[in-house]
Amino acid sequence: MPTPSADHEPFPSGWPHRHLLDLERLSPDDIRLLLDTAARFKEATDGCRRKLSVLAGRTIVNLFFENSTRTRTSFSLAARRLGADVVDFTASSSSLSKGESFIDTAKNLEAMGIDAVVVRHATPGTPHLLAEHLDVGVINAGDGPHEHPTQGLLDIFSIRERRGDLAGVTVGLVGDIAHSRTARSNLWGLVKLGAKVILCGPPTLVSQRWRELGVEVSHDLDAIVPRCDVLNLLRIQFERQNTRPFPSVREYAHLYAMTKERLKRAKKDLLILAPGPINRGVEVTADVADCPQSLILDQVTNGLAVRMGVLWLTCGQRAPAGTAAATQPPGRIV
Amino acid sequence: MGTLLIRGGRVVDPSQGIDRIDDVLVRDGLVVAIGHADTQPLGKADETIDATGLVVTPGLIDMHVHLREPGREEDETIETGTRAAIAGGFTSVACIPNTEPPIDSQSTVEFIHQKAARADTCNVFVVGCVSRNREGKELADIGQLVEAGAVAFSDDGAPVYDAELMRRAFEYCRMFDKAILAHEEVLELSRGGVMHEGLVSLVLGLTGMPAAAEDVMIGRDIALAETTGGRLHVMHVSTASGVDLIRSAKQRGARVTAEACPHHFTLTDESLRGFDSNSKMSPPLRTAADVEAIIAGIVDGTIDCIATDHAPHAREKKMLEIDRAPFGILGLETAVGLCVTRLVATGRIGWPRLVEAMSTLPARILGVNRGTLRPGAVADITLIDPNLSWQVDVRQFQSKSVNSPFDRWTLKGRAMATIVGGRVKYRLGH
Repeated sequence: MPTPSADHEPFPSGWPHRHLLDLERLSPDDIRLLLDTAARFKEATDGCRRKLSVLAGRTIVNLFFENSTRTRTSFSLAARRLGADVVDFTASSSSLSKGESFIDTAKNLEAMGIDAVVVRHATPGTPHLLAEHLDVGVINAGDGPHEHPTQGLLDIFSIRERRGDLAGVTVGLVGDIAHSRTARSNLWGLVKLGAKVILCGPPTLVSQRWRELGVEVSHDLDAIVPRCDVLNLLRIQFERQNTRPFPSVREYAHLYAMTKERLKRAKKDLLILAPGPINRGVEVTADVADCPQSLILDQVTNGLAVRMGVLWLTCGQRAPAGTAAATQPPGRIV
Repeated sequence: MGTLLIRGGRVVDPSQGIDRIDDVLVRDGLVVAIGHADTQPLGKADETIDATGLVVTPGLIDMHVHLREPGREEDETIETGTRAAIAGGFTSVACIPNTEPPIDSQSTVEFIHQKAARADTCNVFVVGCVSRNREGKELADIGQLVEAGAVAFSDDGAPVYDAELMRRAFEYCRMFDKAILAHEEVLELSRGGVMHEGLVSLVLGLTGMPAAAEDVMIGRDIALAETTGGRLHVMHVSTASGVDLIRSAKQRGARVTAEACPHHFTLTDESLRGFDSNSKMSPPLRTAADVEAIIAGIVDGTIDCIATDHAPHAREKKMLEIDRAPFGILGLETAVGLCVTRLVATGRIGWPRLVEAMSTLPARILGVNRGTLRPGAVADITLIDPNLSWQVDVRQFQSKSVNSPFDRWTLKGRAMATIVGGRVKYRLGH
């Protein structure tokens, strides 16, 4: 066991929800609490490297109905860093192929005595549906193109680490907004914290309707680059598109790839994010992805911090499954 | 059978221009007379129903009902579906032929008629397929289906996709003077869609079905109906622009009629915010502006009638991810309440227009001898309490399914008694 000193300092509490389903319905204070909690865990674990035991005895299930390596690994590591047990459950190894509904699958897992479900699914709203049918905490790890709240939080966390306050910061979200859950979670989180959001990409991927939410829509990357403090370059999700929304990858890259030339016209302290996996040469060229302003690797580390915070807030303050009500005060479960 | 006297109700029969407090006398299953209660009392009868405070109408007709039998009896049967109909005040339903097998042969029509006779609840009029096996490739045996009793033709559930086939269907149906009931959807535009394409679908990340998917097909079918002189009945109109297309076609004299569903003039795409599959139907719930246009279309008669698109699905089928859950919701047992609450109680239409939309015109479009209380007419009669406030409870439904977004809603107006062929088939609380 690592030295438990960090464990004995209370971690933030007061999460008013059972689940983390999306950022759209959270208050600015909810989001600040999530970010502050993540910061505390990043600090207490020496940059997400050290292990704590605040979730010892808890079991977290990764219920992934869609392929994922990064997010699942990140959630698994985050849970283990806090001392929880982790079970991976993927659709291919499940009884779904035998015709069982996903609600039944989740209920079966719940009956085995688990504390939280981290769910990824190709269909929007699936975590919300699970939350209606399960008593344990449900954490959305991406529901189709709808939301990916921990990704949004870790992007915002990474910006906040560099910029302090988000208020007044101009963030350009560039690329496949139509199919991007990262874009939606970023959008809600950024707007709630007072940032200015510009959505940029071709009209087939960036609807003018977004303006109804008070965000700016642009189809011209060159026009917005000089105004942005942050650019978040979103992957083209070829797998979710009915018909190709642009003539060719070559044309897309010509219009929307973040290149060294475009970087020259940007603010000196521009920050570059990409939620990965990135298509090098499509959304971003290799030299830009690896430049000093790129936070791409920070994002990965911060993903652990955010997920530790989320797991702590959603299931660390409730009694472990199968026990009487928690008697320990929040943050002191050893 | 004897005599039945319905005493003292507000008799509303647009087919005769009647709207007055009066008595209705029924003998041997037929309407004998609407008396003048004050001056010409109709005398004593074997059975009397006190209809004081109630609206007495020619039996309501729902011309768009999925009874699911044969083939999907886990969702609904002819027996449970017709029980739901009479509980909702409907004395007749027209059943849509997207069954398994589809209703594209005389023997299937005969099967429906036999099952309906055995259920012995309300009239079941059969809609036949436009195309053989509902495949959209060649015409079904329309003439033989007419002989067997089919009252109209539809491939609903899907559009008749081949424009040439649709043109032939219009031409061919002319010789029987039957309408084609059209599900209007350009499938390429709605592919993978689960809800209306708009701001809500954008925010939820759900694939949208744009209004244009419906409008383009309405436009095509109006053009084909005008070209051929055929009779087009547009099913479940849901878009403001669709209402406009129909309005201008009618102004040109095209033989076009249309229906709207209660959910399309009650709910919007905002209902999908909770990802509830009971708000998923095709065409989808649209915007507040569309809702207003549908109501305006009902008010000015552009939309002739109200039909429910009653679409039962077993609970387990709807309890799936929203993209896997099937389209459609129940309609029969909430229709009267929704129409009274949304249209009459708000002052948008009066009772004569509502009865016209739910009885007179559906009968006329289907060409069935119903929808009137003329002496000699079959005594299909609905008694409605226009003021009764009640709470929807899907567990009390007669339907085999419970897929309604209106569960626990409080509605005004409810069918109190449903009389089919002179026999009281349903009385609330009896």
